[in-house]
Amino acid sequence: MKNILSLTVSGLAAAVAFGTVDVPRASAAEQLTIVSWGGAYQESQRKAYYEPYMKEKGVKIVEEEYDGELGKVKAMKEAGNVTWDVLDVDMAHALAGCDEGLLEKLDYSKIAPMDKFLPGTAVECAVGSIAYSTIFAYDANVYKENPPTTLMDFFDTTKYPGKRALLKKPFGNLEWALVADGVAGDEVYEVLSTPEGVDRAFKKLDSIKKDLVWWEAGAQAPELLANGEVVMTSAWNGRIGNAIKEGKNFVIVWDYQEFDWDLWSIPAGTKNLDQAYDFIKFASDPKNMSQQSKYIAYAPTHVDAIALVDPAIAPTLPTYPDNMKTAITTDWTFWADNNEELTKRFNAWLAQ
Amino acid sequence: MAVAETMPSLMIDGVPLKARLARAERSRKLKAVGLVLPLFAFVVLTFLYPLFVLAHKSIINEETLGRLDRTNEALANWDGVSLPDEAAFAALAADLKQAQEKREAGEIAKRINSEFSGAMSRFKGIARKVHAMESGPYKEVFLEADKIWSDVALWRVIKSVSNHYTPYYWLAAVDLKQGPEGLERMPPDQAVFIDVYGRTFWIAGLVTFFTLILGFPVAYLLATQPARRANILMIFVMLPFWTSLLVRTTAWFVLLRTEGPLNDLAELIVNNRFDMIFTRFGTLVAMTHIQLPFTLLPIYSVMKTIPPSHVRAARSLGAGPFHAFWKVYFPQTVPGIAAGCLLTFILCLGYYITPALVGGPRDQMVSYYVAYYMNNIINFGQASALGIMLLIITMVLYWAYNRLVGIDKMKLG
Repeated sequence: MKNILSLTVSGLAAAVAFGTVDVPRASAAEQLTIVSWGGAYQESQRKAYYEPYMKEKGVKIVEEEYDGELGKVKAMKEAGNVTWDVLDVDMAHALAGCDEGLLEKLDYSKIAPMDKFLPGTAVECAVGSIAYSTIFAYDANVYKENPPTTLMDFFDTTKYPGKRALLKKPFGNLEWALVADGVAGDEVYEVLSTPEGVDRAFKKLDSIKKDLVWWEAGAQAPELLANGEVVMTSAWNGRIGNAIKEGKNFVIVWDYQEFDWDLWSIPAGTKNLDQAYDFIKFASDPKNMSQQSKYIAYAPTHVDAIALVDPAIAPTLPTYPDNMKTAITTDWTFWADNNEELTKRFNAWLAQ
Repeated sequence: MAVAETMPSLMIDGVPLKARLARAERSRKLKAVGLVLPLFAFVVLTFLYPLFVLAHKSIINEETLGRLDRTNEALANWDGVSLPDEAAFAALAADLKQAQEKREAGEIAKRINSEFSGAMSRFKGIARKVHAMESGPYKEVFLEADKIWSDVALWRVIKSVSNHYTPYYWLAAVDLKQGPEGLERMPPDQAVFIDVYGRTFWIAGLVTFFTLILGFPVAYLLATQPARRANILMIFVMLPFWTSLLVRTTAWFVLLRTEGPLNDLAELIVNNRFDMIFTRFGTLVAMTHIQLPFTLLPIYSVMKTIPPSHVRAARSLGAGPFHAFWKVYFPQTVPGIAAGCLLTFILCLGYYITPALVGGPRDQMVSYYVAYYMNNIINFGQASALGIMLLIITMVLYWAYNRLVGIDKMKLG
């Protein structure tokens, strides 16, 4: 038994060691680690920013992926070895990261004038790069006649049988559940702020629970749809847009799209602060920023970049007036206040 | 003569024999310690120390440490029932002013928000407000800003997080919390963790059972075949064992899919597709496959040491084939079974990636929640409490297992 014990103990010890000890990085300044959300989105950034930047500045960009795990920044900060230099965050993470001191306060004189960005997209610790939205999409091969057109259809498993996928977080889903239950789009957060409202949202989700599958990384949503695991899924619109470009017969339903921003931020404690600023400045340049929409259907946040976007792709962007008709604007304060409790409740609900 | 007898026996150089022996012994001991020391230091540094840090994190109010001292002092003699007086409000205002300057108000707000949902925005708001104020009175300003400040329950949380240590994370890990009159159960919609622990041990137990049922006959086959054939069969066991866990999990992900090959086959044969991916079934299948060699190999190596003559002797003395196996062969394999099962069970408790990829939301085990609190909620205290709790329960189970089976009976080969 001593053998087993020492085997297990040393195995565990090794796991701990390999898990925490980081390989020393070659050297600072000539390389920049940029962390984003993977898949089609990161590919669009690669083409629009990383490759041109590397070519122009001779700086090597190392890419990493995450799914919003800001805890990793905190762990790196506590260990005194922050290896991420630029971080792509959504608004919820931009605000939370700023509150908890995980993101640098931005000096806009090193990027671009704040008033050049769409209202609300230039915040204390992050500067907007694109507008994206959470929509739902279906496989047109499944619904040839009488396809789903409204959010209610997503929650209607009698009329539209089959599995559907949602993001494995309460965020966004509770809002949709309330809308599908008859709450007006602009009253969603008012209702959700009451215990009865939360119960109501979970009850609505409960009605389709047995048909639900959950995704965690952005790339999973189009994958689940493509391999027939589900017939409908919530997704970030650009991911579905790119799958369509690749020949998939998917259709986006914009009804009650949940509008959000992606922003550039700098993890507090990075060793390449100047280089990080330089990159964000490059990516915020209207000419460069307008390039990204070519590769993914997201809209720029710099007002001068908006004019440079090809009008032909405008209808695929979340900002297109027709797509915005019923859009829900997320209440960040609500989520900052209630995320932890609602997530716990969501997890308890999932496990029931 | 009497004197000589009490004198220690001397060697030629005049040093007592006992001292020389002790010296020789000491240098041998030093060598032994020297050889063990590197591993010991390694274990202390990479295993015990991180464990200690984690344990510490699970009981300390890290986010508010030293940042709410004035409030703590002002609330020291508070009765916990009535609304605190101006002095307490002023103390909190002073603490928040300082925090706002140092950019720490967000962390304090987040910590309190963990226990009192909705406090985040109110704290940030009031911190900004009092930061702009020269002097009090503050109570009115607080109460005017939001009705949350007249909630005594919030003040109890403030008092509790302004202490150095907190029982909150440990209590939450077993679905309890502190109420005004002692411990309370978490409301059902917030009670997750007992269920998660139960599920973790249940899945680990089931997987251990399945690996034993499947592994034992194979181990027997391997141990009794001639070497050449056994070696070829062994490759079938070892090959998956050498393949990365992630690769095997991904392979199961592909196999179990609704549109995957297994369901294609099912469609052909029974004209139906089954839910296998994102289910408990899928989790158990994938985990059993991955853990099979861990259970099988110790059993196999113990079986190899059992002389075939024992069973033959039993047969020749009149025992039937089953009786000979059950009474003579099987008892000798128990040390291997005990070792293999313990290894698998303990490894299963820490599974993360396989349930995450192949399982559904009802199949996520403790590690998933540790990662979730660490990465997504950024609540290191809760993550630590969950992890240490798992370690403690495992150690208790190990102790019980030891009493039941006897660890010294166990053999890896």
